Amino acid sequence: MVEIRWHGRGGQGAKTVSQILAQINLREGKHVQAFPEYGPERSGAPVRAYNRISEEEILVHSGVYHPDIVVVIDETLLDSENPTEGLKPDGVLIVNSSRSEAEIREATGFRGKIVVLDATKIAREAGTGFPNVPMLGAVVAVLGTDPAIAEEELKETLSHRLPPEVVEKNIRAFRAGYEAAKGVYVGG
Amino acid sequence: MKKVMTGHKAVAEAMRQIEPDVVAVYPITPQSEIAEYYAQYVADGLVRTELVPVESEHSAMSACVGAAAAGARVITATASQGLALMVEILYIAASMRLPIVMALANRALSGPINIHCDHSDAYLARDSGAVQIFAESAQEAYDYMVMAQRIAEHKDVRLPVIVNLDGFTLTHSSQVVETLPDERVKEFVGEYEPLYPLLDVDNPSTWGPFAMPDYYFELKRAQQAGMEAVPEVFLSVQEEYSRLSGRPYKGFFEAYKLDDAERVIVVMGSTAGTAKVVVDELRARGERVGLLKVWLWRPFPRAEVAEALSGAKAVAIMDRALSFGNMGALYLDITSAFAGREGPTFVNYIYGLGGRDVPAEHIAQVFEGLEDAVTGELRYLGLRE
Repeated sequence: MVEIRWHGRGGQGAKTVSQILAQINLREGKHVQAFPEYGPERSGAPVRAYNRISEEEILVHSGVYHPDIVVVIDETLLDSENPTEGLKPDGVLIVNSSRSEAEIREATGFRGKIVVLDATKIAREAGTGFPNVPMLGAVVAVLGTDPAIAEEELKETLSHRLPPEVVEKNIRAFRAGYEAAKGVYVGG
Repeated sequence: MKKVMTGHKAVAEAMRQIEPDVVAVYPITPQSEIAEYYAQYVADGLVRTELVPVESEHSAMSACVGAAAAGARVITATASQGLALMVEILYIAASMRLPIVMALANRALSGPINIHCDHSDAYLARDSGAVQIFAESAQEAYDYMVMAQRIAEHKDVRLPVIVNLDGFTLTHSSQVVETLPDERVKEFVGEYEPLYPLLDVDNPSTWGPFAMPDYYFELKRAQQAGMEAVPEVFLSVQEEYSRLSGRPYKGFFEAYKLDDAERVIVVMGSTAGTAKVVVDELRARGERVGLLKVWLWRPFPRAEVAEALSGAKAVAIMDRALSFGNMGALYLDITSAFAGREGPTFVNYIYGLGGRDVPAEHIAQVFEGLEDAVTGELRYLGLRE
């Protein structure tokens, strides 16, 4: 079982992408969970969301304390949220930042695998403005999920609420995030 | 069809498929998204249900009573304070033998204000006369919502049925849920045949009468007969539903690796899932541990639970609500079934109040704690002292 913790700020869509990640993995035939951590809900406040992904049925219904992957959508949370807390030493830290991997390593002190991508820039260039989707692409890469299945699911989900041209932009943002993280795998 | 959905959505889907005549709800804080989803279904024309938005939960249950007495199939949903406000009318619904089905997103009662999961709301309605079922997962919540309809409406039962699902842990958490095709659910619940509906003006009937000391007692005893009819109906509905869904529901509780278990945990709701993981881990190390997960809490299957636990050495009964001034309610349910005869050692654990998380480590501590348990002990799990 792979456990994932997402760190974002209210309004950045951490909960939304954790939900979509679950759908992607169900489409791949996995068992999944996605749940947010509820506190006072305010735009801009730190929020956490979680995933569990497994080949077996998932029975556990507690919080996630020792994630295999930590995703930081908002870099400023590195200082205030201690996102590497409980992250397994052989886990993967994925950070949205324009800084280098070495700088993130120094800032977090994390010794395991680190993936850094400038998801904010990717989102801006794709014309969506939301870094959560490129970060989803990065997580899909790190999980080793088939990107074609992921894109199919993402497209289907977004098509319910967005016009086709915006969906297309999101797919581009997703792909760029995927490419940026390709080559680093959780557990492998 | 398998989909990722929250417990709220799973319940709303079951309701959409059942398509009751009336849904009366009030969006109190904390309410649930069940009412929101259902209002959307009505607005989108997916169901022909009359959605009655009212001005309080007290009125929501009152509208349910009125509609059910008129002859409608009725469902509602609530949580925490909302149920507290409904309880007065819930007693009346039960006494009028109205088969109202309710999804209850279990959340702590104020105060302090909390909104997170525990079972204090369900415990508040324990003696209301409503049948109470607990779900472990969003899947079970969906399944029992469909089954509840048949249990509530059975002519020997005719009582409100509450399907409990843990707030946040199940209601807001997305899980894989396999739903049945709409027409299968519609066939399963069937056409509703009301008994003595008020709208049958050719055959007038009296509802909600006055009953003085000369009759009140007899009426209450008759109500108890409805409860006494539940177990048999529950089992037969389970059997039929298992055939339909391919998911095995058999019995008033799930006995998980219980046969040769020396140390056993009894629990209701989502914590049972986490407990199964711990049972598996300890079993892999050769420890004889097991789990009894209660599905049907009211009426309480005393004899069957006692039989299932009689071979154990020590049992931890876990209550997710305090019964101030006494042991937890589930503890008393079970231990009273052993009155006057030899049984295992029983210890009571109060756990998870106000959404306190229950990780696997805590469940492992409970099993460990059973090594030196003394009957009658009240312990608190995951509490800072």
